[in-house]
Amino acid sequence: MAKILMKGNEAIGEGAVRAGCRYFFGYPITPQSELPHYLAKRLPEVGGLYLQAESEVASINMVFGAAGAGARVMTSSSGPGISLMQEGISYLAGAELPCVIVNMIRGGPGLGNIAPAQSDYFQATRGGGHGDYRVLVLAPASVQEIIDLMKDAFDLADKYRNPVMLIGDGVLGQMMEPVELDEEVKPVVLPEKSWAATGRMGRDKKNLINSLYIVPENCEAHNLELARKYGTMAEKEQRWEDYHTEGAELVLVAFGTAARVCKAVVDMFREEGRPVGLLRPITLWPFPAKRVAALAGTARHFLTVEMSMGQMVEDVRLAVNGRRPVYFYGRAGGMIPVARDVYREAGKILTGGADS
Amino acid sequence: MFEAILIAGFGGQGVLSTGQLLAQAGMEEGRHVAWIPSYGPEMRGGTANCGVTISSRPISSPVVSEPTVLIAMNRPSLEKFEHSVVQGGIIFVNSSLIDIRAGRKDVRVFYVPANELAEELGSGKVANNVILGALIELTGVVTPGAVEKSLREVLPPHHHKMIPLNLKALEVGAGLVRGDGPAAAGAG
Amino acid sequence: MKKVFTRPKSLKDMPFHYCPGCTHGIVHRLVAEVIDEMGIFDRTIAVAPVGCSVFCYDYFDCDAYQASHGRAPAVATGIKRVLPDRVVFTYQGDGDLAAIGTGEIVHAAARGEKFTVIFINNAIYAMTGGQMAPTTLLGQVTTTTPYGRNREINGCPVRMSEMLAVLDGSAYIARVSVHDPANVARAKRAVRKAFEVQMAGLGFTMVEVLSSCPTNWGLSPLKALKWLEENMIPYYPLGEYKVSGDTTPLFRHDSGADGGLSKNDPAEVG
Repeated sequence: MAKILMKGNEAIGEGAVRAGCRYFFGYPITPQSELPHYLAKRLPEVGGLYLQAESEVASINMVFGAAGAGARVMTSSSGPGISLMQEGISYLAGAELPCVIVNMIRGGPGLGNIAPAQSDYFQATRGGGHGDYRVLVLAPASVQEIIDLMKDAFDLADKYRNPVMLIGDGVLGQMMEPVELDEEVKPVVLPEKSWAATGRMGRDKKNLINSLYIVPENCEAHNLELARKYGTMAEKEQRWEDYHTEGAELVLVAFGTAARVCKAVVDMFREEGRPVGLLRPITLWPFPAKRVAALAGTARHFLTVEMSMGQMVEDVRLAVNGRRPVYFYGRAGGMIPVARDVYREAGKILTGGADS
Repeated sequence: MFEAILIAGFGGQGVLSTGQLLAQAGMEEGRHVAWIPSYGPEMRGGTANCGVTISSRPISSPVVSEPTVLIAMNRPSLEKFEHSVVQGGIIFVNSSLIDIRAGRKDVRVFYVPANELAEELGSGKVANNVILGALIELTGVVTPGAVEKSLREVLPPHHHKMIPLNLKALEVGAGLVRGDGPAAAGAG
Repeated sequence: MKKVFTRPKSLKDMPFHYCPGCTHGIVHRLVAEVIDEMGIFDRTIAVAPVGCSVFCYDYFDCDAYQASHGRAPAVATGIKRVLPDRVVFTYQGDGDLAAIGTGEIVHAAARGEKFTVIFINNAIYAMTGGQMAPTTLLGQVTTTTPYGRNREINGCPVRMSEMLAVLDGSAYIARVSVHDPANVARAKRAVRKAFEVQMAGLGFTMVEVLSSCPTNWGLSPLKALKWLEENMIPYYPLGEYKVSGDTTPLFRHDSGADGGLSKNDPAEVG
């Protein structure tokens, strides 16, 4: 194992390579540029392909083709580009194709800006495109976790034959932290994909990659089958980190960069001996509702902190289900919450001076 | 041990790479480190800057909003970030390019004519390392040995010939703090 | 007894859903015959579009993909880049390829992607109800050009073969027609050549097939073929627009038209 200092965006790339991903199709957009730069260099070294597409629409459909052919494949973009990919993501979900999509979220709506944000939470967790579908959404909060989750992202995508989205922001993408990496890239044994359409090559049955079910009865059956799958994912894949939640009267709920700021806030309270903790969702879909519901039995208040006008807070409220007040503090448009400000908000709640 | 260091200056003054050098050295010594470029609510206005956190404990937030040390390489950086330094913190002022004094009385301020000293060594490009040398000597956040090793990691191979000059700059900075160098730092 | 006519092995044994007189069936058969004759069925992959031929993945018995509207060239790119030794073809209509999918087809050709496009140009959106296509002729009446395609409002029809032939990445581009037996035979030779050029790894290949749509043109199947010959071919001259490798040209542009708008009398379709 070697310890090296690495940028988040580069870690996504190296994590993908270590996970056995050999194909990347993408279109340039800030603030994820270091990732395509890294992979354009790195993939040919391991016999892979980096291909710059003519648009995000083309990128996601190239991913569709490569995924259907059985490859571990990914794309990455940021807000506006991810919006353009939504039709393709819906097709990938409908055709049950595994792939990894990275969204380094920027300030929005519209062109917004390139500063860090978390305002694509709804888009990521509610499907984003048309039709009844879900993508599994992972939200790392450190560079090491990016490396670890990239491996999981590809494994989960294959396990469920479903797109997996990894979301971050400009802070995670551009910051450097030490990561532990094996000295060598170990070969990855990919799961067999008997469903892949690779040419029949002697197979007695044809394989079809398809999301068209023209007969409503068939399409409903397909939807029921997908819903069963999403149910299993929701049951088995909820992930989170508890940070000093034991005995916490106030539980902060935050993911990604906002969670890092909130950890500092929790530290400030704990140094004063005050009972504040953090629940950090690692999967945004499925949202760790089980854990939030359990904490609602012990904590007195919740404060959701997001780099948006309040999106995940709705999931927190659903999980708390009216048992406790759920407060919200957010910064938007590319602004990062400042630990001192969150500390002040949280302090008001603890002393009973905040409005829910 | 915990230091949150904010390094700020004009684009092109090498503040990002100086931060990387510091982070790399911290990692070499087994510390938890994080490096983050120009982000944060306070980071606007034509300055290039980065935050480096070095700690003996896992780092909660990599975002440096309340630095324990500020290195101000130009005047806008001092004006912008002086207020954010924690009480009892340290400010290094590059007095070669900054013609004002820091206003804070509750922090330690060191005035280092970094560009002049670097020019005397042969290149203005190592001005950052003069201040870095002073910082290391004063705080012991990393050892000079770790910085020397890290220079090899951070600098591309074709710049390795610059390593001796960088080391000299670090030594000049350290000398300022010890008071045995060619020029003493003016503490305010 | 010698069998002189049988279903190509590459086509499944099921009835087409196409309207009477539609030429999709002929083109499907030509492609299937070529796959059979070249002995490449086992390694051929089809990509279906959105349009009337959306179900072509059901008719071709090889492995297949159903792509979103216009994106078949991007999907084929993904497939072929992962499986470079397979034979990949897309089957796309004029709305799919020449309108919504213009970006994908142009850049697939520019990159020299090694797959084959079967491009059905029938000058109309058929599946959605006979709307104007990018290839609809000036003056042609459709459900969205009830007064005939008007140059001032709708601009002029797009000639895709000519457009893609100028790109360095394209290796074989031909426009054929299926309005009579001689042209059907020629069309088949062009399809075969496109597959051969693909397999030789020379670049992007496309066969544009002028086709009829009696239903949406409001003509009988026979009259539709006549209309195609008299109106479409003058605007869309047949021939090979790009030939790479050491293959000899199959045929020359035979309409004598230079493709200029002035030669195209506004057509009226009932």
